[in-house]
Amino acid sequence: MSNTDVVALDPDSRESGSNATTRKSNSWLRIVLRKSGPAIALAPFFIFTFLGLGIPTIGVIFKAFQGNNGGFTFSNLGQIVHGVYLTGFENSFKLAFLSSIIPGVLGVFLAYAIQTSKSKALRRLITAVSGVFANFGGVNLTFMFIATLGSTGLLTFWLNAIKLNPWHFGFNLYTFSGVVFVYMYFQIPLMVLVITPALVGLRESWREAAENMGASNLRYWYHVGVPVLLPSILGGMLLLFGSAFAAYATAESLTTGIIALSPIQIGNFINGNVISNQVNTGYAIAFGMLVILSVTMILYGLVRKRASRWLL
Amino acid sequence: MALRKIKTALLAGATVASLTAVGISASSVAASGASSVNWAKVTHLTKTGPTSMKALVAAAKKEGKLNVIALPPNWANYGQIINDFKAKYHIAVSSANPDGSSAEEITAITADKGRSSAPDVVDVGTSYAVTSTGKHMLAPYKVQTWSEIPAGLKNPKGYWFDDYGGYVAIGCNSTAVTTCPTSFKQMLTETGAQGYKIGINNNPTQSNSALAAVQAAAIANGGSVTNVAPGVSFFATLNKNGAYVPVIADLQTVESGATNIVIWWDYLEASGITPAVKGWTVAVPSDAAVGEYYSQGVSASAPDPAAARLWEEYLYSVAGQNLWLKGGARPSELAYMQAHGTANKTLLANLPAIPSGTKSIFPTTGQISAAATVVGSTWDTQVGSGA
Amino acid sequence: MASLNNFEEATFLAQSRDESFHVAEVSTGKLKKRRHFRWWRFAVLAVAAAYFLIPLFAGIRFSLQDTAGKFSFETIAALPSAPGFSAAFWLSMRVTFVTVLISAALMVPTAIYVHVRVPRMRRVMDFVTVLPIVIPPIILIIGVLFVAPVWLKASPYLLSLMYVILAMPFAYRSLDAGLGAIDLKTLTEASRSLGGNWVKTIWSVVMPNLRSGLMSALVLTLALALGEFTMASLDLWQTIPVWIVSTNGLPNGHIEIAAAMIGLVGACVLVTLIVSLDRSQSGRGKAGTK
Repeated sequence: MSNTDVVALDPDSRESGSNATTRKSNSWLRIVLRKSGPAIALAPFFIFTFLGLGIPTIGVIFKAFQGNNGGFTFSNLGQIVHGVYLTGFENSFKLAFLSSIIPGVLGVFLAYAIQTSKSKALRRLITAVSGVFANFGGVNLTFMFIATLGSTGLLTFWLNAIKLNPWHFGFNLYTFSGVVFVYMYFQIPLMVLVITPALVGLRESWREAAENMGASNLRYWYHVGVPVLLPSILGGMLLLFGSAFAAYATAESLTTGIIALSPIQIGNFINGNVISNQVNTGYAIAFGMLVILSVTMILYGLVRKRASRWLL
Repeated sequence: MALRKIKTALLAGATVASLTAVGISASSVAASGASSVNWAKVTHLTKTGPTSMKALVAAAKKEGKLNVIALPPNWANYGQIINDFKAKYHIAVSSANPDGSSAEEITAITADKGRSSAPDVVDVGTSYAVTSTGKHMLAPYKVQTWSEIPAGLKNPKGYWFDDYGGYVAIGCNSTAVTTCPTSFKQMLTETGAQGYKIGINNNPTQSNSALAAVQAAAIANGGSVTNVAPGVSFFATLNKNGAYVPVIADLQTVESGATNIVIWWDYLEASGITPAVKGWTVAVPSDAAVGEYYSQGVSASAPDPAAARLWEEYLYSVAGQNLWLKGGARPSELAYMQAHGTANKTLLANLPAIPSGTKSIFPTTGQISAAATVVGSTWDTQVGSGA
Repeated sequence: MASLNNFEEATFLAQSRDESFHVAEVSTGKLKKRRHFRWWRFAVLAVAAAYFLIPLFAGIRFSLQDTAGKFSFETIAALPSAPGFSAAFWLSMRVTFVTVLISAALMVPTAIYVHVRVPRMRRVMDFVTVLPIVIPPIILIIGVLFVAPVWLKASPYLLSLMYVILAMPFAYRSLDAGLGAIDLKTLTEASRSLGGNWVKTIWSVVMPNLRSGLMSALVLTLALALGEFTMASLDLWQTIPVWIVSTNGLPNGHIEIAAAMIGLVGACVLVTLIVSLDRSQSGRGKAGTK
């Protein structure tokens, strides 16, 4: 029942055989077409991606190695592996990691709870709304949370009335955990949306079969449910990681730099009002983020390989 | 006989030629007066002729539009300035990206080159004006009132020139707080118990007013515009006291109650918060008066070069400068205008006074840059240490 | 790993009993489990509702106040009649429509092709499609604006192209999850051996089974194109999000939030409408129906 890494059978193979010799010249062309098939079929995607994504990425790498006064240099890289920039990478990684695991798991639970609802209209509505919320962020999201859980926020006010004001117990919205908490607002809907297609594929008949064999709920999930969903869960978490890693406007408006984060530092150099002549340092930080992402991708690949072994 | 014929012919030819030449040059003078001035290359107006103010107005009207960028309507009264310009000259003004940063303005000049919606003029932090001059992105232009702009506030060749400025000020919601602080020291001695919720406008490595606030706090605590460590530790203490709210403080945060004290440019408080919040007071701190100017530049690749220059002439006319004054900002020609009685006296009186005994300090671009480096590397560890 | 063969047998049996599963449901033990499950579901949905709706309520409440703090519709009412609204609205609609078109035409065949023919490319695709989310949008648009020819820069559909790139991580991930959940190999083999060509296979066999993945991809792409601000602003186009920021008369902190709330609710309404155009009858609401 493994759905991962299927060896693709080529239905065209039934063509070869009896009439091969008479179609010699045709088959040569066919072989070329077949071999270059993937290249041709994937060409539109890769050309498009190269133009819209590859070129800016090359630009990042190029400018990361350009001195602020022109000329090839390693000095930008040398600068960003120390002090506040290194702290920025660490914090950003930590933030992205937590913001992929926690909302990732919560998102799976929420998606399952929604998916098992009997009302099709509700499921449709939540799908649509999730898409909008997954793209919501920035100053407005921050404002909503300040208006809710700030020291004069609505919820704070209500809780204060029943003597449970969180601020009196040491709660502070403008902290690292506060940022993770606010990030969940767009991370959870994102996870819900990308895991639902996999949940839909979780056949009811498997569940029935497991129950008929006497499996408890937990055993069903451990032996059937989670292994089948795991590749998609991991893929979703990777997406959440990227999303939280590069998120800028929300963190900026919630903490204004009291937590060192790489996207905010990039913003200072490339999109700021104070430092005008260190643009390439910003690109170097962006390059550093790409490196961290690549390393994360390698780790992700390893975890995914182990996960698919669990399935078997 | 033949020789005389040749001489006559030559004479006639020469006469015709010279008459034609005179005719051509006469007509070309007339023609250039109408349409062959390349306004992108004009560096200043002349009293008469094809590059006079009259010709400029005509050419600008012919272009029919002006593209400005990053000019919020409530920033130094730009909303009214744009409307008045439109009404006076009947030129459409499209205001792009009103909340944009100086970096975005400069980027737009190169990234949108060749488009009819590319910016014609920019209003940026001075260091950005300097950097883009070095990259040949700005065209030199000296307005008619050039001599009225103080020497320290402009590039000698005319590539950029300061437009307006203001001081770091303490804005306070007097209805929400028992006593409004009038100095940095006062913010420290009276702690969060007083209900102070102090904010600055974004992080100091990104926002000019925030950096200036840190510089002012530094001066108030024994530092200077370059030795800003005391300023950073001031905000660290504020944060520990629970009095600092690390958000982008503006009208919204005041109206929602998240902040009741905002340290910002005095003119932004005056046009952005005072009209909407009853009891909002704005005061320059008594222990530090740090000011800064912003700078104008004309894009070298402006799609509407005549309109761009007309805009500059308008901004630096008495009417334009007084409009900035109306927005609570101090226009760069203010000293001259005060000396010659052309500054609007009521508007002048509305400006927050510099407390007596407090020295006004205007940091140079070099000092700002140095301060930004220090703040950038210590802000998170010091102020954020509790976070 | 316990008896996979038994499991397959049991699955076969269960599949053939799928029609009468609700009869089996009534038997004891299972009823208790369902009640237990219902409680758990309720708790999850209640907590989620609180987390998402309370801040939304706080935002809407603030936008319904005027500067004096009293309840008032004036801020919200003023918006649609403000100048430039309809132009911005129609621009957003056009750009979004083209974005969805190009994204569908590009991503769906590519994802299917990779899954069917070159599964080994999936790691490469994972990496490439995650990149757009990690590169700051301002860097993306700067990079593209520097190399794009002027005729392209002068068209708002350059934004559509960039939105396809931005939405790529979301779209691909949704399609990938959907494709991973169906037995693509069996489906395509069966369809091809029954005489269908590739186009017919994809259109009539694969796509209907990808409904959920397509829906997620569509919703995410739509919402992104409708709400994206940074690139539209830098590319000097007045889409709705850009227009919202530009309408600023007298200083009024409530207006910006009101505009954001309208944008949010408006996008929800629009996307819901588009989603409900899909008139598929998928019967029961349980996860998995095959």
